[in-house]
Amino acid sequence: MEDKNNIALSVRDLKTFFYTNNRCNKAVNGVSFDVEKGKTLCIVGESGCGKSVTAATIMQLLPTLSRIEEGEIKFQKDDKIINIEKLEKNGKEMREIRGSDIAMIFQDPMTALNPVYTVGFQISENLKYHTNLNKKEIREKCISLLNDMGIPLPEKRVDEYPHSYSGGMRQRAMIAMAMACNPKILIADEPTTALDVTIQAQIFELMDKLKKENDTAIILITHDMGVVAELADNVAVMYMGNIVEAGTADDVLRRPTHPYTKALLESVPVLGRGKNQDINPIKGSTPDPYNRPIGCQFAPRCNWQTESCDVMPEITQINETHQVRCHKYEQFFEKYK
Amino acid sequence: MKKEILKLRGVKVHFPVQAGVFNRIVGHVLAVDGVDLDIFRGEVLGLAGESGCGKTTLGKAILRLVEPTDGEVKYISQDDDETELTSLEKKDMDPFRKKLQIVFQDPHSSLNPSFTIFGSLQDPLKKFGIKSKEERRKIIGDLLEAVNMRREYMDRYPHEFSGGQRQRIGIVRALCLEPELIVCDEAVSALDVSIQAQVLKLLMQLKKEKNLTYLFITHDLSVTEYLCDRIAVMYLGRIVELCDSEDLYNNTLHPYSEALISAIPVADLDKQTKRIVLEGDVPSPVNPPKGCPFHPRCPKATDICKTEVPTLKKYSTNGNEHYASCHLIDLPEIS
Repeated sequence: MEDKNNIALSVRDLKTFFYTNNRCNKAVNGVSFDVEKGKTLCIVGESGCGKSVTAATIMQLLPTLSRIEEGEIKFQKDDKIINIEKLEKNGKEMREIRGSDIAMIFQDPMTALNPVYTVGFQISENLKYHTNLNKKEIREKCISLLNDMGIPLPEKRVDEYPHSYSGGMRQRAMIAMAMACNPKILIADEPTTALDVTIQAQIFELMDKLKKENDTAIILITHDMGVVAELADNVAVMYMGNIVEAGTADDVLRRPTHPYTKALLESVPVLGRGKNQDINPIKGSTPDPYNRPIGCQFAPRCNWQTESCDVMPEITQINETHQVRCHKYEQFFEKYK
Repeated sequence: MKKEILKLRGVKVHFPVQAGVFNRIVGHVLAVDGVDLDIFRGEVLGLAGESGCGKTTLGKAILRLVEPTDGEVKYISQDDDETELTSLEKKDMDPFRKKLQIVFQDPHSSLNPSFTIFGSLQDPLKKFGIKSKEERRKIIGDLLEAVNMRREYMDRYPHEFSGGQRQRIGIVRALCLEPELIVCDEAVSALDVSIQAQVLKLLMQLKKEKNLTYLFITHDLSVTEYLCDRIAVMYLGRIVELCDSEDLYNNTLHPYSEALISAIPVADLDKQTKRIVLEGDVPSPVNPPKGCPFHPRCPKATDICKTEVPTLKKYSTNGNEHYASCHLIDLPEIS
């Protein structure tokens, strides 16, 4: 097993439920994973699979109608281990951690920045509450952060409002904000979905640099298998609130063992494979979260469904790093031997 | 023999920028700035580029949903009759609207929420002379079945459908007049990957059955490679490269296409390449850079790029026609 000291965040059996109209949506239903220092964990899945809720749970940014039902989120701060799920949402301790030790980049830079404050003000808020720097030092730090992010003329740009930034620059300003206090964990929730590919490449380059220089652990949430192949050290594939397969990028992409992972990989055209590649859509659509299938959540869309799938499969450890939640994984795994 | 269905010559779309109390025109957004393009019958032509490069505007200008400022759009019928579309009166445009259709980007906003599916889809049929309601219901029902949906769905409202289903309804809307060319404007971009594959398969199948031509507008080059016969890459309102889809990946000529291709994350661990990271953002189309519009971001730019605008020239790669506009291409030009 890995060295315990290397693990920055460890999530065990996390359950987050939403309550609306007397119904319960089990958005995250028993999720466990570890994030190592200086490594990137990618959480992949389609919309509605619970990947963003997992991130919001770690940050304790859940809306009022939801709560953490069960489970543990252990965060290693210096030598102490803090159980985040036990902290009060807006209590002193949580506010100390949020933004300084664990920071987040949101999906849509157009709406995540406040249009009535300058970018510099929004970055310096973080520094004001989490560090002892004085006003002048904060401003210098803001400028150097923007400079690191590759924003031209940071001395001028720091006093500008978000509307005069382009989409890519806004996302970079968001990253600058998140990186202001050198967080130990950076959660990026679809950071490049709203951006063009050339800008996406710039942002990835930046995140790679941060990971190497600051030893930051990154949780990257995405729906794009291409992004996973490019950035991930570890991968977790989510479907309907469960992690169905997890392992190193090599395990999951080269030897996908869960039918859903396989189907996801086969459903996107891959650049460079030309016109003759075969893409196979997944049949049906994701089930209604209030009317879930019994047992394995993927069973109704799966080509290998049998009677045994009426029972929720347990997590099976295939090797040290690779785990899967499927009754029939052996069939798939045999093929790679 | 390949026959053209549309010929575009020097198409320009400029939007005025107004400012001040009297709304004086202070400049123009050069959304599409001189595009020459031939679309052949039965092909899938991809139109790729970053946001703001004018690809959607060009698609709309072909259908005259946006009026072109300048240039010609010629439609060539199956009997070789040429018609210039941009100079037609609005009323005379109608018979061509039947032949040229569009599938819109956002399936959530392109259907009217207060009409049933049948209510929305019957209008074009009514307009083009199908008088009996029974017949209209039959046509729409048949098409719904052709896109793997149930006939009864036509009496439901848009909110009852998922994104993928709505996009299929959008396709039915475009198909109901039996068009010859469909402009697919980012038709799969808003959909989840598993649904995207369903819609892509459907589009290919319909193309075969109904002998359609597609102009497929997208920012996703992996989709274009899978789907298209030829690809045109646009940058700041101009086409910078136009060639067979395989040649675009194997024999890339323009540095912009090269950077664009290298920036796409590939879901294959064995095919990871070095990203070419472009500096900065796409310049504003109100005030495009002098010379080659790509030169401020181009890693290979030389002095000539800063002063002279390159034109689209014809080369040959792999025995196929290959157009590109760059000063630095080291191939013999073909006339």
